[in-house]
Amino acid sequence: MRSLEVLDPGRYALVEDLGRPGYAHLGVAPSGALDTTSLRLANRLTGNPEHAAGIEALLGGLSVRFTAAVTAAVTGPAVDVRIDGRPAGSHAPLPVRAGQTLTLGTPSAGLRCYLAVSGGIAVEPVLGSRSRDVLSGIGPPPLHAGDVLPLGEPGIPVGADVVVSVRAPAELVVPVTLGPRDDWFDDPAGGLAAGWTVTAESNRVGLRLDGTPLRRAVDGELPSEGVVTGAIQVPPSGLPVVFLADHPTTGGYPVAAVVKTAALSALAQARPGTRIRFRPS
Amino acid sequence: MRWRRCGKDAALLDCDSLDQMRAAHATVLAARPPEVVDLVPGARSLLVVGGVAAVRALLEAADLAHPPSAEPREVTLDVRYDGEDLSLIAADAGISTDAVVDLHTGAVYTVAFTGFAPGFGYLTGLPAPLRQPRLESPRTRVPAGSVGLAGEFTGVYPRESPGGWRLLGHTSATLFDPHADPPALFAPGDRVRFRSVR
Repeated sequence: MRSLEVLDPGRYALVEDLGRPGYAHLGVAPSGALDTTSLRLANRLTGNPEHAAGIEALLGGLSVRFTAAVTAAVTGPAVDVRIDGRPAGSHAPLPVRAGQTLTLGTPSAGLRCYLAVSGGIAVEPVLGSRSRDVLSGIGPPPLHAGDVLPLGEPGIPVGADVVVSVRAPAELVVPVTLGPRDDWFDDPAGGLAAGWTVTAESNRVGLRLDGTPLRRAVDGELPSEGVVTGAIQVPPSGLPVVFLADHPTTGGYPVAAVVKTAALSALAQARPGTRIRFRPS
Repeated sequence: MRWRRCGKDAALLDCDSLDQMRAAHATVLAARPPEVVDLVPGARSLLVVGGVAAVRALLEAADLAHPPSAEPREVTLDVRYDGEDLSLIAADAGISTDAVVDLHTGAVYTVAFTGFAPGFGYLTGLPAPLRQPRLESPRTRVPAGSVGLAGEFTGVYPRESPGGWRLLGHTSATLFDPHADPPALFAPGDRVRFRSVR
């Protein structure tokens, strides 16, 4: 069996694919890679379909050994990648021989590195996906040293691709559409456009922000309603939470705006301390 | 009824009542346009993810006073009424604990919507004396299978979690199993009854 062995998971490493949409009515989040752009790219570089499962390694640090020859690729922020200790580089297809070890360093910017391997990580899917959902505990558990992960049948690596490493600037401008509950706030566009700071309490469930609280125009309680990935939910504190892939499927606080899908990958790489301004359109 | 924008690919249908939401939900479920990815009922709303234009057209043409009537699925749960808050619930309702059990088992509930955790259903149909506020301070640990109530809802904790609902008892039924088909015992629209066992 083609497989890889986890020698060191680094800070926190999870198996992720493009998630399990379609179960929100049962309370199951979409989950999946937070930076889908980077996972898709890593998969293309290794000849996989874009939806194949890879490893999402928070702050790199991951080290794995292969039982068979594979093509591997590491994407996300630029990061030091070594094969048996020799520098190999990120954002490129890397031929790795059976028995060799691939190790990620720590990125100097950004948060999440993605490792794709030809054939994809072939652990048993749960509800149609191999993604770990950290809120509900569905999917393969966080990786530990000694874990052996099966690999699927490899495809044919493509030659050229648009290969850019993720930039993780200190200040992000994030496009949003106002609603569904922008009318619950005084000047929601102005409030969201003011500066926010990503806090250390952020995770795969949501990005928690600090700044000048949004002011409510409507008192009272909102009957629970469905929420989407990218929803900017505002609890009574007035400090927004941007829901990421493992978000709860319904919520009782108003959502002032929704982040455009194309901007979610950048939020997945926003370290605590990153400044964010939302640009409503 | 009013549509609210919810990002580029989704929209929230704000309904005037839970009944209106159910009618809209049943109408969309019966046709299920293929572009619809997720259809998430809320307490007074329906979130449509994907296929928003198709759903809008469908609902504009529909007679929501007469929604398609599909036979709802019926689920009966055996419950041991030995919950930590049974006496509190009885005291606040001004009745005996036996009367609380009679009231809770005598009603037929409907899964209005889900959330909080996979397989957690918010069930409406709670008799008026049992509509009571949640605990002032939530428990850090509520065991799986606990049957509770809060506000207008009753429900069952699918797995151990923190929680602030008043606890009536517990069931040994499996509420959520990701490897089962369907994975959740409760889906929106299902009818639910509770039966007292010792």
